[in-house]
Amino acid sequence: MALSRVPIGPYHPLQEEPEYFNLITDGEKVLDIEVNVGYNHRGIEKLSERKSFDQATFVIERICGICSTSHPFAYTRAVEDVFPVEVPERAKYIRTVIAEGERIHSHLLWLGLAGHFLGYNTLYMWVWKLREEILDVMEILSGNRNNYAMFKPGGIRRDINPDDIPLVLKKIDSIVPTLDRLRKAIIDDPVLHKRLKGIGILTKEDALDYCAVGPTARASGVEKDVRKDDPYGAYDRVDWDMIVTYKGDVFEKVVVRVLEMYESIKIIKQCLKNLPPGEIDLKLKDIPPGEGIGTHEAPRGETFHYVRSDGTNRPARHKVRAPTYMNLPTCEATVIGESIADATIILASIDPCYCCTERLTVFSPEGNKLYNGNDLIKLSQQKTDKIKKEMGLK
Amino acid sequence: MPDRNEILNELKNRYKDEIVSFYDKSPRRVYIEIKSESIVNIASYIFKELKARFNVASAVDARSHIEILYHFTLEYLDLLISLRVKLDRENPTIKSLTSVFKGSNWIEREMYELMGINFEGHPNLKRLLLSDKWPEGVYPLRCDYKEWDNNAIRDRGV
Repeated sequence: MALSRVPIGPYHPLQEEPEYFNLITDGEKVLDIEVNVGYNHRGIEKLSERKSFDQATFVIERICGICSTSHPFAYTRAVEDVFPVEVPERAKYIRTVIAEGERIHSHLLWLGLAGHFLGYNTLYMWVWKLREEILDVMEILSGNRNNYAMFKPGGIRRDINPDDIPLVLKKIDSIVPTLDRLRKAIIDDPVLHKRLKGIGILTKEDALDYCAVGPTARASGVEKDVRKDDPYGAYDRVDWDMIVTYKGDVFEKVVVRVLEMYESIKIIKQCLKNLPPGEIDLKLKDIPPGEGIGTHEAPRGETFHYVRSDGTNRPARHKVRAPTYMNLPTCEATVIGESIADATIILASIDPCYCCTERLTVFSPEGNKLYNGNDLIKLSQQKTDKIKKEMGLK
Repeated sequence: MPDRNEILNELKNRYKDEIVSFYDKSPRRVYIEIKSESIVNIASYIFKELKARFNVASAVDARSHIEILYHFTLEYLDLLISLRVKLDRENPTIKSLTSVFKGSNWIEREMYELMGINFEGHPNLKRLLLSDKWPEGVYPLRCDYKEWDNNAIRDRGV
């Protein structure tokens, strides 16, 4: 029988970001896979070299719209590693709270999408409703639902208002019963067992060979988590567990993420209850010449930033490595040999984030119609008006 | 499990002819400059014998030469080892690490297209991120890069 080619992408409803997978199949079975990335170019690394150290924090916050704190966290640690200096205790605790809040909402987002990919849209709606609660918490803490702009080299930009803490703790506690129901609905669901167990297995050897990171690696028994191995922030000052499972299939990856949310809740609560008083910012002035490396365990795995300073106020080189960059190539090990129907959820199981992975390129598409910010606002208003009119509201 | 000093001393003794300089920056960071031809040996030792995880590599155009830093994490020591190699800027060439671990596949392709570094023995050395329309021999992360496309989208101050 002749082999056929099943192209997925670059634009397709499976994921919200462009990527291209070329599956070579024999009937239903995937024999080979070719991954093409590079549809989402913004030139962040080059751009960062033209910004001051302080401005670059804002640029790289926009590398990823979901885990918008993980890049600034790693970047600020890299800049601090050039000295090296330690940030004040209070800043460490607040950084940890923001990072863990982000982990919860990011894992919920993926869980919803995973449900959606499987055709389980009840789960999708349910999970995203819960995600709103945690976004409200983030808004109370930082003023923003996303892109919190809390980080700066040497500390944080804004303090948490002590009056807000009881409300935040109450809201976090109110999430737990829903999360419990969700956990039972996912982990004990026989349909999901049938659908997800034993497919897309990433063995421990492959995880190590591809240098996979985060929940993708931890579901395969790789006991590595930057928060434990190289403690930073307040992670060594609070009590929490690293979640590791050993089978490496898609179901285990779901389990790791669901259980990690409980750990994040534990961390946030301890941090807010024991928030030390004091300064929040070192007020760093000049960055000395040298180089620094910063890492952070983002929801998807380790984010890695390398910064070189030549003594001016701009980074001479800024290298960004997002977790999906290491996790996406593992699909060669997980998809081959599976059926086309399973390929979609296996590809989604690493929680891929392409705009992070492709942060780097300088690109000029031809013939693209361009809008500026005002045009986009206008378009959005026109669309809202149109919908209102159609619904007879105006 | 041996401690930090034992491991670093063993590394220094084993490759004393290949190590150019050794910089113990802080308890968590070590930078080791090595000769570029010994990268495969030393990287294999660190990855396989010392059970390190390869984080990523980062290439820097230092004007007089091109540098690559290969970053490895030893979780059990809480230590990050960065291997530094310096390459000739005119014709930067180094052996590929893909035969040692698959995790270096993409980053080598990225350094190939953005910095113009050749990786000998890479199974699939083609562009990863750049468009097919991008001209040959133009490397955006080199310090002498000039914008070549007049229709490129620039910062419009939005």
